Amino acid sequence: MRIPLSWLREFAQVPADATAEDVMAELVKVGFEEEAVHRPTDELKGPIVVGRVLSLVKEPQSNGKTINWCQVRVVPEGQEQTLTGEGIDPSGVQGIICGAHNFVEGDKVVVTLPGAVLPGDFHISARKTYGHLSAGMIASVRELGIGEDHDGILVLSRIGLDPEVGTDAMTLLGLYDEAAEINVTPDRGYAFSIRGVAREYAHATGTVFTDPAAKVNAPAALSGGYGVKLNDDAPIYGKPGCDRFVARTVRGVDATRPTPPWMVSRLRLAGIRSISLPVDISNYVMLELGQPNHCYDLDKLSGDIVVRRAVAGEKITTLDGKVRALDVEDLLITDRSGAIGIAGVMGGANTEVSDSTTNILVEAAHFDEVSIGRSRRGHKLPSEASKRFERGVDWQVANIAAQRVVDLLVELAGGTADEVGTDVGTAPDAVTIELPAGYAASRIGIDFTEEQITGSLRDLGAIVLNGEVSGSYVVTAPSWRNDLETKEDLSEEIARLVGYDNIPATLPVAPPGRGLTRSQQQKRRMVQALADSGLTEVLSYPFVSKSSNDTFGVAEEGAARTALKLANPISEEHGYLRTSVLPGLIEVARRNHSRGFRDLALFEAGSVFLPDGQLGTASIPPLGVKPSEEVLDGLYDGVPDQPLHIAAVLTGHDSPAAAAHAPRAWDWADALDVARLIGDVLGVELVVSQGSHQAFHPGRAAQLALRSGDVVGYAGELHPKLLAAHDMPARSVALELNADAIFDAAPDVIVAKYISGFPVATQDVALVVPRDVPADAVLAALREGAGELLEDVALFDVYAGQGIEDGKKSLAFGLRFRATDRTLTADEASEAREAAVAVAAERFGAVQR
Amino acid sequence: MTDTLPGAAIPNPLDEAAITAAVEEAVAAIAAASSLEELKAVRLAHTGEKSPLSLANREIGGLAKEQKAAAGKLMGSSRGRVNQALAARTAVLEAENDARILVEETVDVTAAPRRRRAGARHPLSTLQDRVADIFVGMGWEIAEGPEVESEWFNFDALNFKPDHPAREMQDTFFVEPPEAHLLMRTHTSPVQVRSMLERDVPIYVLCPGKVFRTDELDATHTPVFHQFEGLAIDKKLSMADLRGTLEHFARQMFGDEAQIRLRPNYFPFTEPSAELDIWHPGAKGGPRWIEWGGCGMVNPNVLRAAGIDPDEYSGFAFGMGIERTLMFRNEVGDMRDMIEGDVRFSEHFGMEI
Repeated sequence: MRIPLSWLREFAQVPADATAEDVMAELVKVGFEEEAVHRPTDELKGPIVVGRVLSLVKEPQSNGKTINWCQVRVVPEGQEQTLTGEGIDPSGVQGIICGAHNFVEGDKVVVTLPGAVLPGDFHISARKTYGHLSAGMIASVRELGIGEDHDGILVLSRIGLDPEVGTDAMTLLGLYDEAAEINVTPDRGYAFSIRGVAREYAHATGTVFTDPAAKVNAPAALSGGYGVKLNDDAPIYGKPGCDRFVARTVRGVDATRPTPPWMVSRLRLAGIRSISLPVDISNYVMLELGQPNHCYDLDKLSGDIVVRRAVAGEKITTLDGKVRALDVEDLLITDRSGAIGIAGVMGGANTEVSDSTTNILVEAAHFDEVSIGRSRRGHKLPSEASKRFERGVDWQVANIAAQRVVDLLVELAGGTADEVGTDVGTAPDAVTIELPAGYAASRIGIDFTEEQITGSLRDLGAIVLNGEVSGSYVVTAPSWRNDLETKEDLSEEIARLVGYDNIPATLPVAPPGRGLTRSQQQKRRMVQALADSGLTEVLSYPFVSKSSNDTFGVAEEGAARTALKLANPISEEHGYLRTSVLPGLIEVARRNHSRGFRDLALFEAGSVFLPDGQLGTASIPPLGVKPSEEVLDGLYDGVPDQPLHIAAVLTGHDSPAAAAHAPRAWDWADALDVARLIGDVLGVELVVSQGSHQAFHPGRAAQLALRSGDVVGYAGELHPKLLAAHDMPARSVALELNADAIFDAAPDVIVAKYISGFPVATQDVALVVPRDVPADAVLAALREGAGELLEDVALFDVYAGQGIEDGKKSLAFGLRFRATDRTLTADEASEAREAAVAVAAERFGAVQR
Repeated sequence: MTDTLPGAAIPNPLDEAAITAAVEEAVAAIAAASSLEELKAVRLAHTGEKSPLSLANREIGGLAKEQKAAAGKLMGSSRGRVNQALAARTAVLEAENDARILVEETVDVTAAPRRRRAGARHPLSTLQDRVADIFVGMGWEIAEGPEVESEWFNFDALNFKPDHPAREMQDTFFVEPPEAHLLMRTHTSPVQVRSMLERDVPIYVLCPGKVFRTDELDATHTPVFHQFEGLAIDKKLSMADLRGTLEHFARQMFGDEAQIRLRPNYFPFTEPSAELDIWHPGAKGGPRWIEWGGCGMVNPNVLRAAGIDPDEYSGFAFGMGIERTLMFRNEVGDMRDMIEGDVRFSEHFGMEI
């Protein structure tokens, strides 16, 4: 909402020297955030004066254009020395070149003199052009920054003005005025008016407020006017769509009269373009009193006005010239011809006022917030009117606003008001709220005095009576405050007017807490361990393409790779929610590559979205009531599974190249190492086996599983084709694990292991096995066969080639034996080794080299 | 080099002058040795089997019985002197040798290669941990919830009326199909509702996490960002408790000089509602109030939706943006730096914030 200061001053005591910034600093205290300042003089500087065209000589040019060489008097005769300066002729007459042709000798115009500055930092000076010294400019509204029209220069008589030559045109056009723009929260419809903001300014400053509604002399009752019927047969939530309709008639208006500059100026500062006098008056009254209203060309109406819901298939052509199909929920203003307006949203084209309009029917009605909101959303037609109706308009102000429009049409457009008028509808019940004794004090923490409570509420316009219990009140909210419904609302109002700055600070003590949960600690440990081991954490968006999900999602061939789709994504390209963290990481890696960083180790811990089973709920329970357990269970179950995944991508080398240091290229084993690190820091063993996943190299991917057999992820080299397609360095590696599943598998208690102090006996063994036997399986066989004397076994060499039969490989293992109760003899250790080898031989045909 | 001096006569072990001369000669040679190699040669020449002293010593066996004691005494002390001198010189030369090797091994430490990659946390995630730790220290607990959420938890339970303009102002991402009433949470407040439903009162929880709005990415907006919201439900909580909690938190985050300011505002889920500003003495362009978040007293309808009796319990809630906090606390000028994943951004912060 933009508040022209001159307008505010009519109803609130704003100091004469206050700026828009000063006004905003007051309004912020009562809850209106500062948005912007609109001040023409920030861009516009004088001298800009009224001039009279004394002579005009048309001079055709070689380029085909004709220019006017004008002599313009800018200082009244006899007062020549009152205006001096560089480029200003002592005679009071300026020679000016002008390219526009919409004016004649004798016209009064706006002259920007040398020294003036126009919007766009355009400095005016005397300059040679077309063979003359042009000392100033005859201005158009566009050049002055006060309108779009640039067909010609501003001829003052055409806007109804005949000022003295030399008059300061900036005063004349209201250009010294300025506006404060504030943000109005969606609960406060009343503040979309000068009336509402002036009242709030008075609250903020403790000064006197003059109600503009009280200045209007409206009749207490109206009858005998234009026929209006309220026929809502389908109210929403039981509230009739229209509960008041005031109609007034003004005849014999001249719709072509210019709107006075002061009104144009205020409208412009408020952000509304001047259109025609009747429309400007309508908008002016809406801004002043907060009541949207409409002017119909009376002679285009046929029969009674009926306010009703639309019928299926009904259409209307709105003021903007668009044909709109109506919804049966739309509330309409209709006459015998059909729809003439979507109530509270936009009027119809066929009853619009035009230059030829002489008789006007003024409408000021009160519509249901929800109904207007739905029409506005349905037609995607936000308007100044719908903005106010959706948030709530004062029921009581309708006839006052209609009267104000009538008064202005009479005063400015030369019309005559009919004595009779229409006012139909039923006032809603006033909202009465009980405010228990001490309630506001306990909610806010300020020990309010009785005067603070009653004074604040009365300042708002509420009626405050004593309640039955001593210290309690019965409060009737003012008609313009549809947001006041509960004792909490009243507590806020009291606190707001007394000032939030007066709220003291006390620190409540929470009951003993339990610290971070296990999974919160696990997540931190995991993320920190990866960072500690040299990886860089990044955070990517969860929005991906369908093909990304297909590539990186579920591994099984032919599995249904379902993913959640957004109804309104930022871009269709990223229309799905991720089922894997890798696409985002790869995008981040590519971005870093393009910026010259090719050796990367990136990781991200983030949710993935895995729809399965029930998706959402067909309906949702109402607000303000706890749903039944059954309904709640339905809501919980309908929310898709969103496990935390941890993923990493490694590209290029493990460290920067340096003197005396050869960096190592990351390979598939590094991806596995990172996965194992995650298992290690969480105390969970990850079982590695040869894996198969469409995003990975078919021969260089490991599947990682829990001891239970549940697969938790993959690690290895990314598929060469995928890397090429994504323009990633060859041999880039990656891993992705379901972190939540690993967290769950972590042991609650780790039981200590007996540490033997007896000497170790080591034995090495080299086994020849078929090449496709996994080393890990041979190792497991050795471990099994070696028995309990085995402390540890590790693979230390893999060899194939000369000396080894084709299709076979040699695996060398180191075995460490130790007993808990004695020093092992060489024979005992050898015996255990042979037992280990025997199992490997039986299982895989392993032969000792 | 030979182990005896050519042509030298074997001294008589009873000839004290000759023996002393041999000792003096040996000691002088030892002192003159300038390296361990030279010393080795000297040792062989003067104490080796064919050295004058060794040969003289061997002569003792042939002496008359009564002469053996005197000769033995003379030879023992003489050879002792030589060995002593040898040991002393060896120690000196070894020390010199060790020192020389260390000098020779000198490297240019400023040319050390960086073999170990330095990792980094994302500052948003570090900051989130920092905030959580402050509240855990106050006895609060950390609550989490899903990012795709039921519309009821995100709006209705929080007293957003179905047709109220406030609902649209949230710029919500909806999930298909719309009939399923699922959306990307627009704030972490649904976690507050879940907490109230799942926990026993009194409740003091902090809910950090990712939230989503349909904003295009630019220097100050991102469709995905992070919030932390606090919720306290207890008997007799007032707005003064809210202010006290926020003030305490602000001082933990920004130092003892931190100040906060509350301004009236509107949120469907709180009544009264306030905008929270923080005084930033180190702000770029001079000290000023900076908008930090929203807060207020929990609307009774929100308590009712969770089955908590608003006549018995009251509560307060607050919420701030982590990106915003990072922007003004750590002078991050452009929101895009936080989400593009440029490694220079995270690596500059390392593990700290």
